[in-house]
Amino acid sequence: MSEFLSNNLPYLLSGISVGGQYALIAIGYTMVYGILRLINFAHGDVFMVAGLIMVYATASLPIYVSVILVIVATVILGVVIEKVAYKPLRSAPRMSVMISAIGVSYLLQNCALYFTGGLPQMYPSIPFLSEQIQIGSASTKMVTIVTPILTVILVLILVTMIKRTKTGMAMRAVSRDFETSELMGIKINNVISMTFVIGCLLAAVGSLLYFTNYTSVIPTSGAMPGLKAFVAAVFGGIGSVPGAVIGAFIIGICENIIKGLGWTTFSDAFTFVLLIVILVVKPTGIFGEKSTDKV
Amino acid sequence: MGKSLQARAKKSSDQKIGSFIAVICLVVLYIFLFLLDNALPSNSTTIMLVTVLKKGAIYALVCVSMNLLNGFTGLFSLGQAGFMLIGAYAYSIFSIPAEAHASVYQYFDGGAIQFSIPESIGNVLGVNAGNFLGAILCIIIGGLVAAVFAALIGIPVLRLKSDYLAIATLGFAEIIRAIFQWNGLGKITNGSNLLRKYTNFDDIQIQVGGMVYKLDTVFPFLIATLSIVIIVLLVNSSYGRAFKSIRDDEVAAEAMGINLFKHKMLSFVISSFFAGVGGALLAMFQTTVQAMPFQSTMTYEILLIVVIGGIGSITGSCIAAFLYIACSEWWLRFLDSGSFMGMEVSFFRDGFRKVVFSVVIMVIVLFFSRGIMGNKELSFAGMVRKIRGRKAAKAAPADGPQGKEDEPHD
Repeated sequence: MSEFLSNNLPYLLSGISVGGQYALIAIGYTMVYGILRLINFAHGDVFMVAGLIMVYATASLPIYVSVILVIVATVILGVVIEKVAYKPLRSAPRMSVMISAIGVSYLLQNCALYFTGGLPQMYPSIPFLSEQIQIGSASTKMVTIVTPILTVILVLILVTMIKRTKTGMAMRAVSRDFETSELMGIKINNVISMTFVIGCLLAAVGSLLYFTNYTSVIPTSGAMPGLKAFVAAVFGGIGSVPGAVIGAFIIGICENIIKGLGWTTFSDAFTFVLLIVILVVKPTGIFGEKSTDKV
Repeated sequence: MGKSLQARAKKSSDQKIGSFIAVICLVVLYIFLFLLDNALPSNSTTIMLVTVLKKGAIYALVCVSMNLLNGFTGLFSLGQAGFMLIGAYAYSIFSIPAEAHASVYQYFDGGAIQFSIPESIGNVLGVNAGNFLGAILCIIIGGLVAAVFAALIGIPVLRLKSDYLAIATLGFAEIIRAIFQWNGLGKITNGSNLLRKYTNFDDIQIQVGGMVYKLDTVFPFLIATLSIVIIVLLVNSSYGRAFKSIRDDEVAAEAMGINLFKHKMLSFVISSFFAGVGGALLAMFQTTVQAMPFQSTMTYEILLIVVIGGIGSITGSCIAAFLYIACSEWWLRFLDSGSFMGMEVSFFRDGFRKVVFSVVIMVIVLFFSRGIMGNKELSFAGMVRKIRGRKAAKAAPADGPQGKEDEPHD
């Protein structure tokens, strides 16, 4: 066991780190799904756009201003997407909203392709996060340690917010029953906007951490992490924040261990096998609530 | 009573005239395509036209096959690119000539399969017949392999509900892509390297008398038309009605005695078969195949074409596919090139076309969600009826609403 650990320590560490980054994206999926019953296919691309904004911002601004700018711009982007692409379809069939989300994803990727000219954009190295450190036998970046800690702190704040504050209570009510909560005087649109604000804020933080590990951002670099984060959300039981976080850590760690065993080709495939297995065996996920079909 | 019989007789005569016009149009179309391949001079316009027609026919088929699943059965599946990938690979693996194996599979000792179906048939019936029949056989194999995969994946996946199904099929397509790029299967799939040198559209020729005629645009149209006609017949059969009832209300359909799983599976397998056929044609069109481009973006693109055409309309999908391909390959090229009617426009550069495209698509999705055709069909029978109805309306006051009927029109 200890031999396995010492051999695989670098993979384990990067697994925990990637898991934390997936968790930050997965929360956006799970909250939006919980409230709107919509798979926000564009979320992964919002995450990618956050990466690109960082690239362009650091070209002319100091790094700390850029970080704040990235977070603010991503949140604005997410809210604008919700207002423009999802709000008009609130009473439309679910399939239309999903198609709209796919359309937004396509739009964001094509815009990114246009602005970058199809060239990979070098991601700036953020001081502190990019520093090399030594843990046991593994040498890694500071971000590996920061990610899980930051993720856990953010999740705790979020869970407290959902449990204790009035906005959180409104969110829980809306996710339970859309119409009834509207009748009870909850301002649905504000709650939905708030969901997108939180989701995009966490995605922006996630992108800062995620891209630090990579050299560049390309228009499709949001697609895979986005899908994996969604799988994590489903795995943990969609609609549940702790579930999404645990699912994300499990996926991140498993994926990196598989890479460590030399099966890199199948590290992506594993995630989807896991998805199909969990959907067949327990469609509600680990922490999901059981729902019954009403005629 | 007598009146309804009369109406029915009128309807069937409309249909007869309609199908007659449709057949004539098809014949004219094929003559035009044949001339395009053989007689017309080759300049930049005809080259563009041929490209658009070939790719348009392929996309029309793929979109119709997706529409069968998403529009007629109500299963929101996003696995289309995966099945196309399977079809493309199955096709090209079986049609690479024997002597080309050593160079194509250079990293895998010439590969595991050492024969080519077009060549084997060619040895018996002559090269041209071999290429023609061999290509058709390989296309069918491509479809069948895709259908077998669909049947296997369908058992677990089709039990899932709408959005879970979408994600599971999307995931499945990604798994397929990973497996086909895996070096362990390199002897068959050539790993992540290109497959090439197989039979493509240029090789399809027929020999009549002493003359050799090229069929490189006729061939994809032939396969696509045949496949689409089969899908139309299926949609109009009792199976098709069962599919539509599942789409409209699963619980009610089950209560009416429709075996949900069986019919969903049937629709999924047939749709995948034709996606595989489309993939094989795409392989022929591209002349090289690699697993990389068959990503979820491809599925999204196909889905968006279906939406533009109208979910649940076969003619809509066909029209939208040709429009989309014509715009992206030909008419809107100037958006990428930097000049528009002699003017230099600085923001017209690579990729701007796609941005314009996606904005148009978003506008359609948000404001014209019924697409070009909604769930109606364009048909000659319908047109005939409309013209007659207008004449009748002039003669006598309104004669009731005009019905809609489907008729394959390509």
